[in-house]
Amino acid sequence: MTTDQRIRFLVKPAVFVLCLGPLAWIIGRALTIGLGANPIEYSNRYLGDWALRFILIALAVTPGREILGWSWLARLRRMLGLFAFAYVVLHVLSYVGLDQFFDWWAIGGEILKRQYITVGMIAVTLLIPLAITSTNGMVRRMGGRAWQRLHRLAYVIGMLGCLHFYMMVKSDTREPIIYASILACLLGYRLIAAGRRRLARNRRNTPQPA
Amino acid sequence: MLIKSIRASDAKPSEITPKSVYMDRRRFLQTAAAGAALASFANGPAGAAKIDGIKKWPGSLTSEKLTPLDSIASYNNFYEFGTDKSDPVRNARFFMPRPWTVAIGGEVAKPATVDLDALLKPHTPEERIYRMRCVEAWSMVIPWVGIPLADVLKRFEPTSKAKFVAFETLNDPKRMPGQAVPSLQWPYVEGLRIDEAMHPLTLLAVGIYDEDMPNQNGAPLRLVVPWKYGFKGIKSIVKISLVEKQPPTSWNIAAPNEYGFFSNVNPKVDHQRWSQAKERRSGEFLRRDTLMFNGYGDEVASMYTGLDLKANY
Repeated sequence: MTTDQRIRFLVKPAVFVLCLGPLAWIIGRALTIGLGANPIEYSNRYLGDWALRFILIALAVTPGREILGWSWLARLRRMLGLFAFAYVVLHVLSYVGLDQFFDWWAIGGEILKRQYITVGMIAVTLLIPLAITSTNGMVRRMGGRAWQRLHRLAYVIGMLGCLHFYMMVKSDTREPIIYASILACLLGYRLIAAGRRRLARNRRNTPQPA
Repeated sequence: MLIKSIRASDAKPSEITPKSVYMDRRRFLQTAAAGAALASFANGPAGAAKIDGIKKWPGSLTSEKLTPLDSIASYNNFYEFGTDKSDPVRNARFFMPRPWTVAIGGEVAKPATVDLDALLKPHTPEERIYRMRCVEAWSMVIPWVGIPLADVLKRFEPTSKAKFVAFETLNDPKRMPGQAVPSLQWPYVEGLRIDEAMHPLTLLAVGIYDEDMPNQNGAPLRLVVPWKYGFKGIKSIVKISLVEKQPPTSWNIAAPNEYGFFSNVNPKVDHQRWSQAKERRSGEFLRRDTLMFNGYGDEVASMYTGLDLKANY
């Protein structure tokens, strides 16, 4: 088996199944012991947690690849990003369909009135173009540079996601701060790496003293 | 002859869990809990003890379905045992609610520090079924066992200077592991105006479903003020002080723009981050309308005439 085949036939399917794990777990729990005294809140929170986790996982691909030297990680990036989108969609569906039971008036009011929901909804909206342009065809049509520029929105989405979580908790901010710290590391790494690249480029371009 | 009139809002016989099913479940849970306690910790608590001589209070809410005990005892906001609602049931497992003393002082003629059992002895425990509305927009119907706070306070003879009552929870991070974290300012403190404290609905609760208060629900002694949001019902009380000035309250200290001193249930005054117009009753799918004063307006509204309830949230 070549490396390419290993990734295509072993790694990717395995990661795909792993990514379905959290969804399978909550469905299994709902069907057996149930989701507790407030199952809808449980579902909202659980899916929201995983949406944010997958956003961070997808954002960890590039630093992980460069730090560990595992170039093949890049081939999982799209799938992980789409799983992040899928869990975000499930989180929103849980809110819209279970929590508010499609009461569009109430939902509209909440989006406008409650800042943490506004922030969350902006993040969801920004994710949509990223999901749409995730195919090979779209990358080709847009051109690599434009595609990459658009997909930098993922950084903003990560920040909005963490902010949404932080604004939503009552008084114990430890958990959202952990998520925000991880995001800060992932984005900070990119800033440093970009700075280094620029420095290296400048050095190459300036004439060296003889 | 007694003829029971049936209101449309009354629970249908089919909606009530048969006592035998409920008791079987209780027995199973008790056996399981006792077994787990024995297996894991020799000095762990035994199953909950039944409270003797409970008198049924005639004002109990009978038209709404009781929330099952496992919901009441597994979904708790009790930050002393962790900030997640599933934390307290786990972290309070080995909490020992006895021996327990309560200090009653301040503006009273007879201040005293009393053993809890001595404090309760002169009173007959009553079963009172109340709605419980959490500030987070969920609600339950709970059969509390307790005694009116007023009956207890009167024994200590409040003076004319007693305008408010201040309550304090145990502060002991060794027994309450959540207090190792500054998720709130410890100890938890709460307060009522004297007329609210003396109101016949205000209860010092010692149990649920005819049994001792589960640790995670505030054992051994907690406050229940059914027309206010649940966080006013301070748990594991060790100190009750009658005071002249309005006392500080924990959630008000943590977020003054979100939690006021009064915190009366009010569907027209939203929380900063969510609406209070509706609530999700535990066990129900669709939200139901939240009632003014949680449905206890006839009894309590007169205490607030002339008070701007929007400003005094």
